[in-house]
Amino acid sequence: MLEEFTEKINIAFKKLRGLATINEKNINEPLRDLKRVLLEADVNYKVVKSLMEQVQKKSLGQEVIRSITPGQQVIKIFYDELKKILGNSTSEFIMRPNNPMTVMIVGLQGSGKTTLCVKLSHYARKKGRKPSIIAADPYRPAAAKQLEIMGKATNIPVFSRITEDLILSTKENIEDAKKSGYDIIIMDTAGRLHIDEEMMDELVELKQEVVPDEILLVTDGMTGQDAVKTAVEFQKKLDFTGIVITKLDGDAKGGAALSMSAVTGKPIKFIGIGEKLGDIEVFHPDRFASRILGMGDIISLVEKAEHATDRERELQKKLKLDNFTFQDFYDQIQQLKKMGPIQQILEMIPFGGKSLKGLKIDDKQFVKIEALINSMTKEERENPRIINGNRKKRIAKGSGTNIEDVNRLLKQFIQMQKMLKNFSRFGLKKFGKMQTLFGGI
Amino acid sequence: MKNEFEKLKDSLSKTRKGFLSRIIGILGKKRKIDEEILENIEQILIEGDIGFSASMSIIENIKEKFRVNKECDSDNLFLFLKEEILKMLENSESFQEEKLGKKPWIILVVGVNGTGKTTTIGKLAYCYKNSDKDVLVAAADTYRAAAVEQLDIWRKRANVDLIGTQQGADPAAVVYDSVKAALSRNVDVLIIDTAGRMHTKVNLMEELKKVKRVIAKIIPDAPHEVLLILDANMGQNAINQAKEFLKATKVTGIVLTKLDGTAKGGVIIPIKLELGLPVKYIGIGEDISDLEIFEPKRFVEALFSF
Ligand SMILES: Nc1nc2c(ncn2[C@@H]2O[C@H](COP(=O)(O)OP(=O)(O)OP(=O)(O)O)[C@@H](O)[C@H]2O)c(=O)[nH]1
Ligand SMILES: Nc1nc2c(ncn2[C@@H]2O[C@H](COP(=O)(O)OP(=O)(O)OP(=O)(O)O)[C@@H](O)[C@H]2O)c(=O)[nH]1
Ligand SMILES: [Mg+2]
Ligand SMILES: [Mg+2]
Repeated sequence: MLEEFTEKINIAFKKLRGLATINEKNINEPLRDLKRVLLEADVNYKVVKSLMEQVQKKSLGQEVIRSITPGQQVIKIFYDELKKILGNSTSEFIMRPNNPMTVMIVGLQGSGKTTLCVKLSHYARKKGRKPSIIAADPYRPAAAKQLEIMGKATNIPVFSRITEDLILSTKENIEDAKKSGYDIIIMDTAGRLHIDEEMMDELVELKQEVVPDEILLVTDGMTGQDAVKTAVEFQKKLDFTGIVITKLDGDAKGGAALSMSAVTGKPIKFIGIGEKLGDIEVFHPDRFASRILGMGDIISLVEKAEHATDRERELQKKLKLDNFTFQDFYDQIQQLKKMGPIQQILEMIPFGGKSLKGLKIDDKQFVKIEALINSMTKEERENPRIINGNRKKRIAKGSGTNIEDVNRLLKQFIQMQKMLKNFSRFGLKKFGKMQTLFGGI
Repeated sequence: MKNEFEKLKDSLSKTRKGFLSRIIGILGKKRKIDEEILENIEQILIEGDIGFSASMSIIENIKEKFRVNKECDSDNLFLFLKEEILKMLENSESFQEEKLGKKPWIILVVGVNGTGKTTTIGKLAYCYKNSDKDVLVAAADTYRAAAVEQLDIWRKRANVDLIGTQQGADPAAVVYDSVKAALSRNVDVLIIDTAGRMHTKVNLMEELKKVKRVIAKIIPDAPHEVLLILDANMGQNAINQAKEFLKATKVTGIVLTKLDGTAKGGVIIPIKLELGLPVKYIGIGEDISDLEIFEPKRFVEALFSF
């Protein structure tokens, strides 16, 4: 199944990879494949739709990265959108030092709340905190007993006295826990449906009375389309602070996670990956994006694209493309000389995917140019248009060349300026032409 | 991005209009079946967790029947859709509460974690008890904390007997004891609870096979029924669950729990299509009487309403 899935996504990506230019027609089919992949991963329909619209919009209006194909770029846009929804970085579960903190655990029936209480205690204890658990589920048969047994087995204290007045006894339990010096107090609540008004109101009251520092919504990682409704309702009533996705140790893709963070904007803080104490992990958005897409291949591609973007940006910074002056040209040559033989450097620069192997550039070609520029005044370098007949004579004399050389340089420089302006719009491919400019000097 | 999703959120929190009124809303009374209508139907099907493939094949059938761009009556379209899905669930309809052909009638209950196995056993025991059967339940979930205590509370509510041991004991041993007890006490029904387990965990699935072998060793044609408990909230992963549990234990039917929420449980459609597994009961709450026989017609109605 997992292979089948990866196969599918690979086909979708292959189609994208092959695209040379992106238009509304040819992007449709691969996007539809991606949509299918997401839906089969249980990402909510509306979330998928909205995501695909974003990807399409951004793909069509994209600023082209020259070294990868447009199709590859769509994949990167897609991956970035996924990460944007999931949160761009890990959202820490912050435990302020020297400050007792209360955490309320909520969610649907059977999602893994009680288990999480114990796992989270274990996590906190490993970080040097003193956790305890408050049982606040009076409904589920043997709910408190479950906590007591687990607490005993793991040596985590459980305050499980529940009276007729759930709110009051819970508050008393919390007070007791604080007095006993526990500094992270985790409250287990009963599973409930988001549409159960009465039960949701109970949580609202509990929140008002206890004023927890964190409220975590626990969701089964195998959940389907309905995850968004649960998330939205719990958010409306409780405005929880984070999401925990459990049972990701199976082969579920966990699309619910994506749906829930998309509709609530709340971070996913932990994932549950088993029934045991230590089966809890901090949530990593990028790893999760890969899980949903099921690929390692894609990551390297995206990294390559990212890397290429950086390199291009650097290059562009060096070449002030829109207003290129003789001074820039001169600096550029110095830069190139510092970096090593020019031939080698040009081979490293990607030109629309191809390197410039075979393109012959002689370092000596630059010597004459350098000499000519050296003979220009600062003003002339910044604004070549002021170079008139007298100035040309002076420059030729100063550089040991003749007027023709100066004229050729000026003509070619203006051509180069024009080209670079286009280049900033159309990409590095045309950079190859620069070679012909040097040729005649 | 946030703005996009703000809109999304708003649209989600508004109560969804009934399918019929939505379709009529876009169709008028008579309109051409166009891409917009098809997309709307696609959305309803997929949001019901029917899954991509099954939804697409339903939509293909609509296209074929109504031919895109031909005029159509929304009532007709609606009827056709419901019938298409009913056809997919067929045979399920004929299910009536099992006549217990054997004594003791042995039911093994399996599923992934937290789907409602133990609760469903409480409800089932109560049903059988109410139809004057002698019922015994076995607490063969020896893994989960307080699983035995939980089942013990349920069996008291149902007023039936329980066979159990300590947490950490071998489940096969409890099962063995319970089958022997069912025979010696001459009960009508034995219902066996098992620990929730991920269908991907080989050792735990092997343990389940062993449990089944132990039963068959004492009563060769038992268990007579193997119920897979699926949570209606589940998405497409339920298909894999069904596949694996079917392989390990020859599941005979599904119980779809938690249908009292807003999830539709549509994944039972691809499960029926791919594996032929019928749904037998549905769970609609946490009370002992919240178990009903699955009725495809009502299920399909619910799929299209909210
Ligand atoms: N495989 C797996 N099982 C888990 C995980 N987290 C919890 N479980 C299991 O899921 C089942 C339900 O867990 P609980 O912690 O009792 O769930 P709950 O939300 O407290 O349930 P209620 O209180 O009844 O609403 C148990 O069998 C747990 O062992 C997980 O990350 N992976
Ligand atoms: N709303 C609702 N809740 C249900 C239904 N069936 C079970 N539950 C709840 O779901 C939670 C888990 O039920 P259990 O019976 O413990 O599930 P299980 O499959 O035995 O869990 P494990 O043994 O841990 O795998 C409990 O809180 C039940 O009350 C149902 O039909 N509707
Ligand atoms: Mg619980
Ligand atoms: Mg159980």
